[in-house]
Amino acid sequence: MPVIRSEVIEGPLDPALWWLQVQDPSCGATVLMTGQVRDHHQGNRVVRLEYEAYRSMAEEVMEEVLTETARRWPEVRVAAGHALGSMEVGEVSVVAAASAAHRSEAFGACRHIIDGLKERLPVWKKEFGPDGERWQEEVPLRPAEERRDEESG
Amino acid sequence: MPLLTVHCYAALREAAGARVELELPAGSTAGELKRAVAEQLPDHAALVERSAVAVNRRLVGPTETVGPEDEIALLPPVSGG
Repeated sequence: MPVIRSEVIEGPLDPALWWLQVQDPSCGATVLMTGQVRDHHQGNRVVRLEYEAYRSMAEEVMEEVLTETARRWPEVRVAAGHALGSMEVGEVSVVAAASAAHRSEAFGACRHIIDGLKERLPVWKKEFGPDGERWQEEVPLRPAEERRDEESG
Repeated sequence: MPLLTVHCYAALREAAGARVELELPAGSTAGELKRAVAEQLPDHAALVERSAVAVNRRLVGPTETVGPEDEIALLPPVSGG
């Protein structure tokens, strides 16, 4: 079922566009998750972030996460986007949108998309601020087989 | 020995450059590739160790074989979102 939009583009993102694109007369509930640049990280002040991607792989992975979500919630309309480049505090770097007849499917699908992107997307951010600059490392990437073993085990 | 090109990202790219080239015997594995890169970049061996190998834009385990015809990338822990 419908994957409406999947994009890794120069940022920042306008979340209203993503909300609009998953609308449909059959859908009474939309869940929109946005991630925006925060002014601190682990005790350091942050004034901007620079995002870098392994772009061709990131585009494939995002499409894969959305397709999996659409397979699991066939009645839900889904979309996602991730921004690259330099972004300031408050600007939107990631969007996940899910629209469904009822709210519980929309919440489930949206959560699944954003969790999948955080765990699997080959994207990195470097923080800049008065306390210096550093690459953030959050999640080690793992092959699909390893992730599936863990989920079933 | 075949010459392999490894694409590097984020902290690894800043440390080693966008591409690292190395010679590896035919039939080498992703695990052996990581060890060879770590030896070539001793100051960044720990970063290489916690990075994942992607072959043709797919993450692979340490026993997967890699060759000069593959698109190989070494990916530090991610921080998207």
